[in-house]
Amino acid sequence: MALWLTRSRTLVLQSLKRKHAFWAAATPLRSSSSSSPNVFWVNGRFKSTFAMTQLHSLPFSDSDDEQALDFPGGKVTYTSEMTFIPESQEKRVPCYRVLDDNGDLLIGSNLHQMGKEVARKIYNNMVTLQVMDTIFYEAQRQGRLSFYVTSSGEEAINIASAAALTPDDVILAQYREPGVLLWRGFTLQEFTDQLYGNKGDYGKGRQMAIHYGSKKLNYVTISSPLATQLPQAVGIAYSLKMDKKDACAVAYTGDGATSEGDFHAGLNFAAVLEAPVVFICRNNGWAISTNISEQFRSDGIVVKGQAYGIRGIRVDGNDALAVYNAISTAREMAITEQRPILVEALTYRVGHHSTSDDSTRYRPLHEIEYWKTTRNPVSRFRNWIERNGWWSDEEETDLRSSVKKQVMHTIQVGEKTEKPPVADLFSDVYDVTPSNLREQEKQLRQDMIKYPQDYPSDVPL
Amino acid sequence: MATGLTRFGRRMRWVPSVCNGRQFSTSVCDKDHNPPAKSFNLYTAINQALHIAMETDPRAYVFGEDVGFGGVFRCTTGLADRFGKTRVFNTPLCEQGIVGFAIGLAAMGNRAIAEIQFADYIFPAFDQLVNEAAKFRYRSGNQFNCGGLTVRAPYGAVGHGALYHSQSPEAFFCHVPGLKVVIPRSPREAKGLLLSSIRDPNPVVFFEPKWLYRLSVEEVPEHDYMLPLSEAQVIREGSDITLVGWGAQLSIMEQACIDAEKEGISCELIDLKTLIPWDKETVEASVRKTGRLLISHEAPVTGGFGAEIAASIVERCFLRLEAPVARVCGLDTPFPLVFEPLYMPTKNKVLDSIKSTVHY
Repeated sequence: MALWLTRSRTLVLQSLKRKHAFWAAATPLRSSSSSSPNVFWVNGRFKSTFAMTQLHSLPFSDSDDEQALDFPGGKVTYTSEMTFIPESQEKRVPCYRVLDDNGDLLIGSNLHQMGKEVARKIYNNMVTLQVMDTIFYEAQRQGRLSFYVTSSGEEAINIASAAALTPDDVILAQYREPGVLLWRGFTLQEFTDQLYGNKGDYGKGRQMAIHYGSKKLNYVTISSPLATQLPQAVGIAYSLKMDKKDACAVAYTGDGATSEGDFHAGLNFAAVLEAPVVFICRNNGWAISTNISEQFRSDGIVVKGQAYGIRGIRVDGNDALAVYNAISTAREMAITEQRPILVEALTYRVGHHSTSDDSTRYRPLHEIEYWKTTRNPVSRFRNWIERNGWWSDEEETDLRSSVKKQVMHTIQVGEKTEKPPVADLFSDVYDVTPSNLREQEKQLRQDMIKYPQDYPSDVPL
Repeated sequence: MATGLTRFGRRMRWVPSVCNGRQFSTSVCDKDHNPPAKSFNLYTAINQALHIAMETDPRAYVFGEDVGFGGVFRCTTGLADRFGKTRVFNTPLCEQGIVGFAIGLAAMGNRAIAEIQFADYIFPAFDQLVNEAAKFRYRSGNQFNCGGLTVRAPYGAVGHGALYHSQSPEAFFCHVPGLKVVIPRSPREAKGLLLSSIRDPNPVVFFEPKWLYRLSVEEVPEHDYMLPLSEAQVIREGSDITLVGWGAQLSIMEQACIDAEKEGISCELIDLKTLIPWDKETVEASVRKTGRLLISHEAPVTGGFGAEIAASIVERCFLRLEAPVARVCGLDTPFPLVFEPLYMPTKNKVLDSIKSTVHY
């Protein structure tokens, strides 16, 4: 009964809190005299009124255990034992993996068959991402790029998750998932052009570096605010559902973003609207300098899914095979069962948050070193494919030097490519440029001619 | 509400002057064609527009809190029965979720018509509107857009709504390049402007004057018609002073115009309709003619959209102005319950300001 008191009080509080209670079922010709709270109360909160009626009409008997409350959502049994649900399970949710730290296949692991070609492409892409990151990071340090974010330590999540999806699946990334684009065929030059904000950048030089996007590759352009893409992914998934597409939406996020309201909005909407969306959370332990111990008190992220009625799995994010298996299965369930799935991938951000960050100021070097070496996702996967006879030292050397040359070449090209024209500053705010923007453009062009020294010389008029 | 009506001088019927053959009229009101029209109130006109939007586009969706049973203001009545629960549905009580979801839906080439139950509750969705919807096209270089998005929200005073059921938050959204903000003044306008907003290839925030949902009644053509966005309308011609407003405030302003006329002052009244991108030309032409400008809105005066209009018109018409631009607006307080009649930019406040501006 204590529980019930609490519950019913909660209902009342919700009624009170519910901002529009007084407006519900408003009638056209209501006179001011009819606006007594009681009248509105009954009309406005028909659901809780319904529940209260049910409560009062329940046939009470001595044995609580035999009774069940018919409550929206299903029958709720009674208990005379006052028990609080514990804040966490005794044991943390285990982490699914297929390869051990040495890249050896674990006995009894539930492996989707991964053929040689896919495995080689996954490895090739992970190495490409590593080399790309190293060179772009250095280029930023040399002052050639304004900003960069590496994916170091998270190569397996990036590439193996992408490999488990199909090109029709719509990607809504955060900003540490360039590997998904790489897998889908975004060229090194396309990456570089975005970083330079030159004429080749699809975003027309408007966004900060690393805010990639490609309509062709079904990769929605990245925005900096965190977790905003989650409710959007539900809208996209709902559209796929209505069109009966054999595809899902895939939203990536980090551990820090799970504290944002939009994370919770996204999960709840997805569950309620039965949207085929896969939420992939890269739990890398750090949101800039904030450790997950300062971010949440739950057992990570995967347990949050259950509270929203979402199936989930925790996976070793540094095990490419495990990520591939988990995402393949999650995708299949999302589409065939038309439901959201939450995947928490445990990993580590080996690099700094960005080129504006020095992570050694807030975390120990040995921790970084441990994840960089012992738990390195790239070398782990390499061990596995080498043991399968699918990769050799020679190929390794060739690949790394070839990618390095290619990236260096794209930088040379990207630096020389001219910037987008002034017109691109004003276009795309609306589908058609309104008069205030046309006036401002005209004025700006005059200013640029009058004071050329005030404006970048490489932006063509 | 009846008391409130008397107190504020709200009229039970909007008597539109759009059918008087005004040269600036953008209304469909065309005497030659004389389309079938019946009298409807504003929420019914909205409801008609939503039915037409859903009927004419199989990719249109209507959703929000409590819209399934018709909505707390009955604007979505009958839609779920007619178009099914996959196209018209309740969402969880979460505004940022509603708008975020709507952006995703719109990005896939759908018309996402989202309802925020009260404009007062749009703020949890502010980030989704300001940082996401408004910039979706721009940031992707026009690879992606969410132009099919329309967010409807009832706004403004209602007589007993107090702090959280009365606000007019339009100015916040007028500061956001990429959004359009539209506010209708009457049933006929509401239907035509809402259909335009839904079909406009840009995200639109559509504020509906909830006081007028039932009070404002006029003839509304039953067919599918659209009224142009970003075009203001001179709804009353005059020569001594220009008054600019939008939404429910226009009926107050019109009464002030009528009273001023009795005192020999000829007022020109303009309905701005779309606040961004707004029709400066129509306002400018009018002020060039009258030499005086008064702006009136329910939102607090400081930082309200009236300030933007005043500044723009002073820039363009400085030498033509014969008096300072006047603003008759809400006070710079939260919107109060008991003090609502004191807070409001009432007819007599507008009338006094007309007189002092004309006799400056």
